[in-house]
Amino acid sequence: MRKSTFFSLFILLNLFLLALVFVYSSFRQRADRIILEEMGEMTRRFEITDLCLFTEANYTRHITQADLHTPFQDGPFSLEHFPSGAIVPPPEAIKRMNEKLD
Amino acid sequence: MKNWIDRQRNIVDFTLSSLLRRKKKNAALIFVYTLVVFSLSSVLFFSQSLKKEASIILKEAPEMVIQKIVAGRHEQIPTSYIAKIEDIRGITELKARLWGYYYDPVTGANYTLVVNEDSGLSPGTIAIGNGVAKVRLAFKGDTIEFKAYDGKIFELEVREILSPESSLVSADLIVISEEDFRRLFSIPNDRATDLILRVANPRELPTIALKIAERLPDTRQVLTDDILRTYDAVFNWRSGLMIAIFSGALLAFIIFAWDKASGLSAEERREIGILKAIGWETSDVILMKFWEGLVVSLSAFLIGVILGYIHIFLTSARLFAPVLKGWAVLYPQFKITPFIDGALIASLFFFTVVPYTAATIIPSWKAAIVDPDSVMR
Amino acid sequence: MIELKAVKKSFNTGKPNEFVAIQGISMLLEAHKATVFKGPSGSGKTTLLSLIGCMTRPTSGRIWLLGREITSLPERFLTELRRKTFGFIFQQLNLIKGITALENAMLPAYPAGDRYESIKKRGMDLFDRFDIASKAHAKTEWLSGGEAQRVAMARALINDPDVIIADEPTAHLDTHLSKEFMEMLGGLKQGGKTLLLASHDPIVCESQVADRVVNLRDGKIEEDTK
Repeated sequence: MRKSTFFSLFILLNLFLLALVFVYSSFRQRADRIILEEMGEMTRRFEITDLCLFTEANYTRHITQADLHTPFQDGPFSLEHFPSGAIVPPPEAIKRMNEKLD
Repeated sequence: MKNWIDRQRNIVDFTLSSLLRRKKKNAALIFVYTLVVFSLSSVLFFSQSLKKEASIILKEAPEMVIQKIVAGRHEQIPTSYIAKIEDIRGITELKARLWGYYYDPVTGANYTLVVNEDSGLSPGTIAIGNGVAKVRLAFKGDTIEFKAYDGKIFELEVREILSPESSLVSADLIVISEEDFRRLFSIPNDRATDLILRVANPRELPTIALKIAERLPDTRQVLTDDILRTYDAVFNWRSGLMIAIFSGALLAFIIFAWDKASGLSAEERREIGILKAIGWETSDVILMKFWEGLVVSLSAFLIGVILGYIHIFLTSARLFAPVLKGWAVLYPQFKITPFIDGALIASLFFFTVVPYTAATIIPSWKAAIVDPDSVMR
Repeated sequence: MIELKAVKKSFNTGKPNEFVAIQGISMLLEAHKATVFKGPSGSGKTTLLSLIGCMTRPTSGRIWLLGREITSLPERFLTELRRKTFGFIFQQLNLIKGITALENAMLPAYPAGDRYESIKKRGMDLFDRFDIASKAHAKTEWLSGGEAQRVAMARALINDPDVIIADEPTAHLDTHLSKEFMEMLGGLKQGGKTLLLASHDPIVCESQVADRVVNLRDGKIEEDTK
């Protein structure tokens, strides 16, 4: 087989897989709708304000509810809560009502 | 047209022969390149999808949370505050919310305790999230011990385990009755963690918030919008981890491009001279170099993106889990719904394939326009 | 077939190290004949072949190919003309390393968009003719001097050009292979090709195949025999 033929087939295969990726994604989006609705319903039921992503500290677990005080309980750079402390920015509510933090 | 295809295929044949001459070097190049695309696409897929999920789920969050703040610190709010604001027009629901954290020394995990009057939980029973169940190896009917602030031990029976699919919001939740909650944390009956309210018309929220701020000056208000924007920021490009990975990827590309753009070796220049001498035009040589760049970058891009997708959505971000978990004992399953769009993949393409291909062509330009005569000597 | 008029070629024109390779040559080269350019090194043989073969332009003077002036043709047309009309065998052979002998021979025909199968057939036919078919898929590094020479010849012929230009073709060959080479060239001339050779090897200059010998010295014609 010519090298260029082999390469073309290889690229075509990958493009096919890429197309499959989109098809699978839209399939999953539809299939997961129920779960997302369930989580939305749970959010309403339990009055949830935050996703359960980082459970190590209160200001990483409830990002949006954090007050000014809690981050100061930890050392600078929040190494105790790495990487969440580094990823999580101050909540919008704080930015709105207080001095600029950065 | 047929001629054009044959021309491209012929030149690709030679390009591939040329690349195969240095199998190891080029294999390593493609491998590293693919790795870079893989990490970049993994991060982008992960953040984009989670962001979308967050915006869908948290749209249902309470429209306003009212917290009492004393000296910058969150304090329990008096339930009497409700009476002070319940007459504001537009409020459809206003109630006290009880929630807090409980640290479990047995497992080292933090649980989020939540009180919900609709839960139908009688005192002595709880509903727990899937993460809690896993970490305490608790099943329906088991009891879990809690230590109250006054030192007394409680035993609460697990009545229900929340679905594992909802772990993104409920993994660490323990739904508890109001009575048990107040007893556990010694919270007096006239206090609550905070107040929440819902309104008839979300557009009136800022006005209502202002009125509340006037009437309750020692409180602050967190709006749904704040919640959604906070999560947007977490998953946005600016967040620390994204920047770290992206600049790593960028650095890798600069190294590749530098290697290519720092000019051709004498060997490569000689070969271009030979090609010109045997009848290849400048445009033919440039075309060959274009294919050389494209073969490497397109392969790496396609494989990297597909593997990145499989990694995030089919293996639930297995490689990221330890990074994201950090010190937490409890963390959700990252079974995310793939919310990806063509724009993301297109921009990945432009950031990876185009610069590399350009970096392959540009230094060859000078060599390609050389007089073939030089090869005779 | 090929006419040169007052052709001059200098390098580094205007600079202190200016070097005039060809002083001012006028000549007429006939088709279907073999012309040998003879002379010591530095006499301008390679430059002259380069000029005739459209590899470089003269500093001054004019060149005609089949009645058509080529001195001022744009590069694109010049390259196309060169590809169709001339086949080169370089002194250093200049085969591309790391790829097969057959692929080397096929290279000149790649960019034009000829069908791959037809190029391959032409290549294999030429390899058969020069008796190196068994080496078609060998990498260049594995070829002996004589075999490489024949691959270079096949490459020069892949586009079936009218003129073959060879620069010191016997430089790396022993007497036996040199004579064999001249025989092959003779066969090509009989097939209608025009041959232009540069050499100071007596086996070439005094061969039966050579119709005309032009002596060059310091970029000028000294003698023109036969």
